Amino acid sequence: MEKKNIIEALRKKFPEQIMDISSQFGDEIITFESSALLDIANFLNDKPYEYTMLLDLTCVDYKGEDQRFEMVYHFLSLSLNDRIRLKTRLPEKSPKIDSLTSIWKNANWLEREVYDMFGIHFNGHPYLIRIFMYEGFEGHPLRKDYPLRKQQPRIRLRKLE
Amino acid sequence: MGKLNKTEKLATNGGWITTKFNEVLGWGRKYSLWHYPFITACCGMEYMSAACAHYDFDRFGMGWTRFTPRQADMLLVCGTITHKEAPVLKTVYDQMTEPKWVVAFGACAVSGGIYDNYAVVQGIDRIIPVDVYIPGCPPRPETFFDALIKLQEKVQKEGHDWRWKKRT
Repeated sequence: MEKKNIIEALRKKFPEQIMDISSQFGDEIITFESSALLDIANFLNDKPYEYTMLLDLTCVDYKGEDQRFEMVYHFLSLSLNDRIRLKTRLPEKSPKIDSLTSIWKNANWLEREVYDMFGIHFNGHPYLIRIFMYEGFEGHPLRKDYPLRKQQPRIRLRKLE
Repeated sequence: MGKLNKTEKLATNGGWITTKFNEVLGWGRKYSLWHYPFITACCGMEYMSAACAHYDFDRFGMGWTRFTPRQADMLLVCGTITHKEAPVLKTVYDQMTEPKWVVAFGACAVSGGIYDNYAVVQGIDRIIPVDVYIPGCPPRPETFFDALIKLQEKVQKEGHDWRWKKRT
């Protein structure tokens, strides 16, 4: 299966939702509307493309831009030996996107990490709580507006002489 | 072990010695430091290499690694301590019985190291009192032995009081 076929098939299947297709470092980047995530993920997961592996799922904070958060998904097709990258933008106010846990089990922890660090909510996630930071931690530390050296100790710290 | 001092010479000659109670207590303690390794990061590898045959800290009388703080005299904090982990370290320290000593092993335990961010405690002395600080990222075993000998000097000289004051 040629890469071109996938791009064309995607363009044909989702003419409205896909905004841009580019290529960087040898991988295709699909930029799409966030509401179409589950449809596109299902389409790529199914035959004949079989992008059956969710390699990584993360987020980028573009503070100051209107669509502030960018979700990035990396998929690998074992049968095609090919990677593909999906990107979508989310608004600053109450960023929400569908959860991929119904398709990939490993999305569970990855999405919890993104929720912990960036405060993005995943619709349909079975157990969306913090994964790295502790209970009672306020804010989301990887957001650009989190103060650089702000710390939230769990126990009272000693005073140094 | 280097030169024997007067007391040690007398003792090895099979004779008798007179000494002060505190001195012999300090001498016994400094050569039997049972330690508890609190290893959280790469400094643990240097601790392991100090422990194993090449460097072998058993030569200095600290061969017994205890994996419960209740049996340990010396807490070795090797690695980065995060705020999430701080209560654990505090509990481990509180569980040790007096007398006890703490070694901050490596830059992270000393000052937070390169990690000045939302997660990392800026030096374990913000949580528990520290006796010896070892710089280095990670420190070489030789640096650790230097610190160990300094701690032994401190243990020897320490005024021993049966009614241990609780340190906070």
